[in-house]
This record gives sequence, structure tokens and C-alpha cells, in this order.
Amino acid sequence: MAISQLSVFVENSRGKLAAITELIAESGVDIRALSIGDSSDFGVLRMIVSEAPKAKAALEAGHHLVSITKVIGVEMPDVPGSMAKVIRDASDAGVNIEYVYAFVAVSRRHAYLVIRAEDNAAAEKILLEKGYTLATEEDIAQL
Amino acid sequence: MEERYWQKEIETAPREQIEAWQSERLIDTVKRVYENVPYYRDMMDKAGVKPEDIKSRDDIVKLPFTCKQDLRDTYPYGLFAVPLKDVVRLHASSGTTGKQIVVGYTKHDLEIWDDCTARQLVATGADENSVVHVSYGYGLFTGGLGLHGGAQHIGATTVPVSSGNTQRQLTIMQDFGSTVLCCTPSYAMFLAETAEKQGIPKENFKLKAGIFGAEPWTEEMRHEIEKRLGLEAFDVYGLTEIIGPGVSYGCHAHDGMHVNEDHFIIEIINPETGEPVKEGEQGEIVFSCITKEAFPILRYRTRDIGYVKYEKCSCGRTFARMSKPMGRTDDMLIIRGVNVFPSQIETVLIKMGYLPNYQIIVDTKDNLDTLAVKVEMGEQHFDDVVKEINRRESELAGELKSLLGVNAKVILCAPNSIERSEGKAKRVVDNRKK
Repeated sequence: MAISQLSVFVENSRGKLAAITELIAESGVDIRALSIGDSSDFGVLRMIVSEAPKAKAALEAGHHLVSITKVIGVEMPDVPGSMAKVIRDASDAGVNIEYVYAFVAVSRRHAYLVIRAEDNAAAEKILLEKGYTLATEEDIAQL
Repeated sequence: MEERYWQKEIETAPREQIEAWQSERLIDTVKRVYENVPYYRDMMDKAGVKPEDIKSRDDIVKLPFTCKQDLRDTYPYGLFAVPLKDVVRLHASSGTTGKQIVVGYTKHDLEIWDDCTARQLVATGADENSVVHVSYGYGLFTGGLGLHGGAQHIGATTVPVSSGNTQRQLTIMQDFGSTVLCCTPSYAMFLAETAEKQGIPKENFKLKAGIFGAEPWTEEMRHEIEKRLGLEAFDVYGLTEIIGPGVSYGCHAHDGMHVNEDHFIIEIINPETGEPVKEGEQGEIVFSCITKEAFPILRYRTRDIGYVKYEKCSCGRTFARMSKPMGRTDDMLIIRGVNVFPSQIETVLIKMGYLPNYQIIVDTKDNLDTLAVKVEMGEQHFDDVVKEINRRESELAGELKSLLGVNAKVILCAPNSIERSEGKAKRVVDNRKK
């Protein structure tokens, strides 16, 4: 049920982020959503893209450190309070969240909350039990 | 596998025989330099020692030391013991830390050198069927022509590629079927990485042995190179001032390098007092040349730190074995009063599963020395969760702290973000005000 996220190591120096985004642009891959986690010397750029393997290959050819990570995409209505509800439900059920970010799927008229949990499999099970719809790879490809 | 020797009767001679050669040759050399080199005569006169005071190899301790500064002071020919007409070759050191130094060789000296490197090659199993790929730099640097001479001497097919142009090196290695690779360990690692990146399987190479030296490296790195290039990696040691590569050489036992003691006398001294240390104890390595004609340097302080042992090796050789130098006294960093060698840092990195692609950055903050180590990550170290990367950094920093005794900041960085060198690796950036 998990979806693919492209994770890229970005050194904290001028021009690095530009070089990475240009490579993705040249590969013709569409970025649906992104977030960046950073520390003082580096950042990790995390993206939901139309074709993760293609973008990964393009970045690797440019000698960047890239991985495809599994994350959970929770479908939610694009109205105030829906993100808070998902996180509350997950948190109450004991899910430890590493990071989250969200994006709106304009064509679907709803939003997705991207969750990377300490234990993704357990988190998925809990969310499904709570009645949430989780995005599949096909859902993301068709956005 | 049967052990092979180039000059078995010499390489496995009884210790008494080796010492007898050393005594006889030292006496002769001291006499010769006293007569022919005014600089040495002055030094010996000042130290109050005459050639006749040297009656055996044990009297070597009476002689004054020679230092790099002596070579600079006598630049270019002041320490030559023969007229220039008898000198057939000159070499010079790179002079990275000051004025370059010049050494000379007579025809006979080149023959000695060929024997020294031939012993190294044969100890790796090389013979006339070998294709010896020499990627050390050719020119004034002794690396290239040193191994080249030995390779031709044993009748191997010698490929004088010299350094640089990694792409061409890989093509030649595959097309010419190189069986022995000679280069610096950091360059061997770079060749392996480049081949992997290009998807060239190691089966495409016919490499059997690698002869690596000219910079400090660790046992862990030796294993790593062996695994990646599919060869057996041997340590070779040498320095321009003594003869070049082949002063001492590794064997299949990989337990120290055999000093060519029929040509050189090794001593280990306390670098502060100049006194000899006990067998097996670490100190500064000192060499004397006892057969060379043009440049017979005596008691030369190499600034390399290591130890020596005299017991017979499992390979059958009786030549003394010196340890891989753990660094040069001038590579040694003093961080907040603690001695740190780059090789110690490398040992930790490899133990923790990183490649030896690193840079050490020393600086000052609030009048205190700071040590930072930039280390390239592999795919297996990368994680989408930042705190996981930070955890790896702290883990490495903890290991470094426990080995070095000083705090080091670890910065994990992307692959290939640290500049590669085709010759000697530049491991240290010291930004402290001198």
C-alpha cells in the first residue's frame, strides 16, 4: 500500500539544490509534492514524483546520493481540520511519526498526507483499521 | 604456493652473514664519504668521529644523523660522492614542504635499485610472464622508473603508463591484460571506484598483485583494495633520499616489509633523544646506504614512524621487517596536545564500513584546536530521516574519540564530493595559523 518517495542528499552549499532540481526537470519527471529536512551541514530533499525510478536514474547519473523510500499517503478531504484528525488518530494509536508533509491533488479534489512512521507497516495497519484510504502507486502515477 | 625469490641466497642468508656484509660495507662507505664529501667530513669532524672508529655495524651509532635540511643545504650536488661524469641518472623529491632535493645514481646504483624492486616483484609472484602496469608518475619522482627498472630486470612485460588519465588506465589494464598494478593505494582505490561506477566487473581485469606505496595506508584499506580489484595487495616502501621504492618490500606473509639489508641499514630511534629504541618499539626510522656510490647517505632521519623486528619471516626471508609506517612525523597532527595520525582516522572509518574517502580539517576556534573529518557516505549510509544521518555522524565521532582521545566533528557528505588525487592523496587541510 505504501507509495514511493524520492529522497536526495543535498549538501548545504550554494548551487546544490539548483543542480538537483535541474536534473529532475531535464528528466521530464513531474514533482507532485516536496519537503526538506535539514541539519546544519546538509538537507534531505523528499519528493513525491510522477516516475521515481526515472528521476533516481537521472540523479545518480549526476553522482547524487538518492534512494527510493516507502512512505504512506493518506487520503483526506481538503477542508480545515482533516490533517489534524489523521495525526491525532495515528498518534493516539501509538504511531511514532518521523516526518509528515501534505499536498493537494487538484484533479481529485482531495489532499494527501504523506507520513513516514518509525514503523511504516504498523502505521498502515492502524490507519486502515481507522477507515482511512491509503494511496497506491497507481493513484500517484495517475495524478 | 611455493615462495619465490629473486636472489634467494641473499634474501634468506643467515643473520650473521647479513651483519657481516653490513659491517664490511659500512666501514667502506664511511671511509669513502669521508674522503669524497667535504660536507660529511665536516659533520664527522664536528662529531669527533673518524672513519677508523667504525669497526662494525654496531658502531653506526657513533655517526651523526643526516636530515632533510642537510640535503637542502647542499643542493644540488653537495652530498654526491662521485664526480658528475659517473652519475647516469638524477631524481628529485617533489619538494612539497620546501626546496626540492636531488639525488644521483651511477650505473651500479641503478643495478642495485633494479635488484631491490625485482625482489619486490618476485615476492608477489611476478615473473617474465607478468604484465607490469606502472601507474606511478614517471619523471623526477622515483616511483615510476623505480618499479619500471625492476619489472624489466625480471623480464616482465613492462607497461610504463605513468600517472593520470584514469579512463586510459582502465582501458589499458583490460586490453593489455595487466597482471601487476603499481601505484599509490589511494589511486588504486580510485581506479576500483571508477571501474565499479562504469560497470566494469573485476573479472575483466587479469590483475593478480598490486604493489602499493608512497603514502601511508592501513591494513583495512589493503583488504578493501584486494576485495575490490580482485588482487593481492603488497606494501612497498621507499624514499628518494635512500633509493626510491624498494628500500623494503612486502611478501605473502603481509607481516611487515623486508628491508634490503644487504644495501641498507635500518635503525629505529627515539625522535626526541636520537637514542636507539628496543626491538619492536616504535620510533623514527633511520636508514643508511652501504652500497650506493653516488649518493650514499648515512643515518638519514626519514621522519617516518614505525618499528622493526628481526625474527625470520614465514616466507623464509631473514631480512629485518619494518612495520608499515603509521605516518610521518611531519604528517602527525597535534590537536589540543594529542598526537593524531591520519592513518588512525582511516582505520576507524574502514572498521565502521566507510570507504577511505575522507578529509581532515583542522582549525582554531576560541584559541582551541578543532578537528573535523569529512567522510563520503555510500548508498547504504544514506537515510531519508535526518536524525538517522546525524546518529551515524555521532557514532563515528564516538569511535574516533575513543581511539584518538580527542573530539572530532564528523561531517558525512555525498559520494565524490571530496577531491580525488592521482598521486599522493591530500588528506589534511590545516587552517590553523602557523
